[in-house]
Amino acid sequence: MTVDIAALVAILAMAAATVLTRLSGLVLIRHVSLEGSRRKAIESIPPAVLMAVVAPTAFATGIAETLACAVTAFAALRLPMLVSVALGVACVAILRALGL
Amino acid sequence: MSNNTKFQDFLGGMRAISPLIAAVIPIGLVFGAVAATKGLSPAEAGLMSALVFAGGSQFVAMDIWIHPASWTGVGFAALLVNIRHVLMSASLGTRMGGFSAPARYLSMLFLADEIWAMAEFRAKVARLTPAWFAGLVAPFYLAWVFSGLAGAALGAFLGDPVVLGLDFAFPAVFIVLVMGFWKGPETGAVLLASGAAAVATLHFVPGVWYIAAGAVAGLAAAMVTGKERDAEVMP
Repeated sequence: MTVDIAALVAILAMAAATVLTRLSGLVLIRHVSLEGSRRKAIESIPPAVLMAVVAPTAFATGIAETLACAVTAFAALRLPMLVSVALGVACVAILRALGL
Repeated sequence: MSNNTKFQDFLGGMRAISPLIAAVIPIGLVFGAVAATKGLSPAEAGLMSALVFAGGSQFVAMDIWIHPASWTGVGFAALLVNIRHVLMSASLGTRMGGFSAPARYLSMLFLADEIWAMAEFRAKVARLTPAWFAGLVAPFYLAWVFSGLAGAALGAFLGDPVVLGLDFAFPAVFIVLVMGFWKGPETGAVLLASGAAAVATLHFVPGVWYIAAGAVAGLAAAMVTGKERDAEVMP
């Protein structure tokens, strides 16, 4: 179990970067008042971020991924989360096995 | 709040995160295995998972890992991949009315996509408490660190998660959550702007700028539709 010094420094740099991003939002909202349209904008952050994270998988990876995303989204309208996710995973595995 | 209620809240958080634990263990194993192929020792891989605790930036770091490690390269990459945390922490911060200031900062150090998403979802239906949040964090953090360690130790013995479709588990979770945040046409505008900007950025700009670009575009769309609504209300 060895830890190289250069690797340790690199890991600490990554940790510092993530601490900075994690805490700066909290600091930000202490100094900016949140009324009216700003409040609306804050409420739109969750769907905006989640969409940006999944967009490459959903629209720019392959037919299997795009179809599986559609299946998952459709399932989510009616079914519990775990079932929808399992359907999506099964769908992508089958479509990839078919060569899509 | 009594200790019993706190414990119930903690268990409630654990229940909420449990499906994501099942999804994160394979990803953690893969991270460890990839780290081992890049020449990281199990201790180094485990340390990274424990201190960084941000899967996306850890995979990007493995992508660009060299010997000896370049702290500027991976540090900047981590900053870029996790810039979305700024928005996520600002948003979740407004939901932490029930937290003391130290608890708020301490909790935010464990911000990760999955934990954040479950907490935001919880805040829509009930008051978010520190105990409930701790119930999300504790098992998820341990699962991430230990699966990373195990993956690095087991190395190449693991199968290919892409064949099993397990790499799709997280996008699938996020899609389910996106559907849950639907509030009407203005959400549609946010999703459209975010998705289009992310895909366009991915196409033209190398790296992970697409996440920040999509998030900001979605935010801009929300502000524009919000302004239009205000204008309608005021004669």
